[in-house]
Amino acid sequence: MDFIQNFPFFSIILSMFSGIVSSVLPVKAARRLNTFLIVAVGVMSGILLVYLTGTGEPFVYWMGHFPAPWGNEIRAGVLEAGMALFFCLIMFLSMLGGRRQLAEEVAENKQNLYYILVDLLLSSLLALVYTNDLFTAYVFVEINTISACGLIMVREIGRTFEAAIRYMIMSLLGSGLFLVSLCMLYDLTGHLLMSNIKESVAALAARGEYTVPLMTTIGLLCAGLAIKSALFPFHSWLPDAYGYSTVSSAAMLSSLVSKGYIFLLIKIFYRVIGFEIIAQSKIINVLFIFGLLGMIFGSTSAIQENDIRRMIAFSSVAQIGYIYMGFGLGTEAGMTASIFHMLSHAATKSLLFVAAVGLTDASKGRREFVELTGSAYRNKMAGIAFTVGSLSMVGMPMFSGFVSKLLFAEASIGHAHKMLPAVLVLALSTILNAIYFMKTVIRIYVPDYRSDCRTITIKKQKAYAFTLVCFILLNVALGMLSKPLEGWIHSGLAMFG
Amino acid sequence: MFGPNLFTNYGEAVSVILFVIGFSNLLLQKNLIKKIIGLNIMDTAVYLFLAEKGYIRDRVAPIVVDGIQEVEAYINPVPSGLVLTGIVVSVSVTAIMLSLTIRLYRRYHTLDLDEISMLLKKEGR
Repeated sequence: MDFIQNFPFFSIILSMFSGIVSSVLPVKAARRLNTFLIVAVGVMSGILLVYLTGTGEPFVYWMGHFPAPWGNEIRAGVLEAGMALFFCLIMFLSMLGGRRQLAEEVAENKQNLYYILVDLLLSSLLALVYTNDLFTAYVFVEINTISACGLIMVREIGRTFEAAIRYMIMSLLGSGLFLVSLCMLYDLTGHLLMSNIKESVAALAARGEYTVPLMTTIGLLCAGLAIKSALFPFHSWLPDAYGYSTVSSAAMLSSLVSKGYIFLLIKIFYRVIGFEIIAQSKIINVLFIFGLLGMIFGSTSAIQENDIRRMIAFSSVAQIGYIYMGFGLGTEAGMTASIFHMLSHAATKSLLFVAAVGLTDASKGRREFVELTGSAYRNKMAGIAFTVGSLSMVGMPMFSGFVSKLLFAEASIGHAHKMLPAVLVLALSTILNAIYFMKTVIRIYVPDYRSDCRTITIKKQKAYAFTLVCFILLNVALGMLSKPLEGWIHSGLAMFG
Repeated sequence: MFGPNLFTNYGEAVSVILFVIGFSNLLLQKNLIKKIIGLNIMDTAVYLFLAEKGYIRDRVAPIVVDGIQEVEAYINPVPSGLVLTGIVVSVSVTAIMLSLTIRLYRRYHTLDLDEISMLLKKEGR
């Protein structure tokens, strides 16, 4: 066994221990440890990605030296390693971009708690990405929920407490469904390791036994993870949670937490149930319909919103709808489009949240659209970044959003029944996206030189400007390098099985 | 529609009914404490399900004390392990829910989530 194969385990355990150690460290040290951790895990994931691309096949890592049906396992392929690298990148940039707001909005003695939560969030995300055991996945889903709840309520105002408890309630409903379905799956198959379950499920399906219990279980599993990743109509907690928490939290919640659950769902599709069984079942039709509804209703709610942060939050509902629509197509191309959209949405949404906070800062902290008039002149970097994010969301070529829309359209063309609704809703949703994002972009570029608002220059906030430049570059890179990325997703999905 | 399995597995049926009761309480109750009670009923129902599935009559936990090594003498210990892990998880989420409830109650002097939302709207922030 190569030494590099230890890296997934190292990254998970390193982030857990950093979280524990941070509880006794002063704020500055905790922040440094957190930055070091994210960079270290990112570097390890990068090396792992290169290594796996070289060997061309996934590996299984035994936790505790017990072989397959008894022990716990980690399994890594190129998709997992790449996703871990991407999560680290987004987390690093979100933390850097929101550092100043964190110092202002979070009480001095609570700040190292924030770093504990971020470390734990990273460890749970990595575990969700790498684990090959369903019950381990459940435990880390709960750790993810708890740390996400902490990230929301660390800014202690009434709104965030309410948002946190609403988030908690919805998440616990989701994880309850996930838990009961995994117990039923264990009951049906006798295994907890994903690969073993898949063998048993395939045998059950081939013999035609237990069809109804199996489908019920899979349905509950999908429903649980869909609730947790805020698929329409389970998104009621989302606007408050994303809109009022501190900006690093909002960026990480929208681009990492929900994506962790979606990645787990993809893994379950491929590695637990088997993609053929899922593609033939009626469950994906339900996901497809809710995805379409989410695409429309998320955007219409965003149009009605008068608060820039809440508008971006509602846009997330629409984007999650896109991802589930891709699942609903039930083809490999649809899955590829969904995975690409996960990346594109994560990069763009965290960019928008970080840019929006620069605009509100230049408008005395007010977030209504009227107050934001001309704010792009007062904070030029944030204005440019917000425009780039908006163009990407609308689907302008060169940026990542265009590629994901193109992939979705290509995936739906030629599908027997779902082509027409998918393409129509895609077009409608693009128009709605354009309405609310372009409205905002025009608003922030309307000249209104108010003397009572401070102007923020790039020199004053170097770290912030650096973050935005990195986000823009990431967005353009995702848009320009779509072919190699598609190839990576294909080989990753091939390694999944 | 209902085969004889329903009557053999009545424990599982009960646990699923309890799960639904807990789930709907967590979803529909307005009172936060009642929601938390719903959460606990829901989680406990899952443990009942696991316990029902994991126990086989006249068998014991797989701890070898008198030299019997046949598989038929023992039950599968994994479901019990899952129950223990699940209890730990549910204790921690219950604790977090309760602490949030306390914070909200101190601030708004009510446990009704809708009323809290109304008060927040009135605050206008």
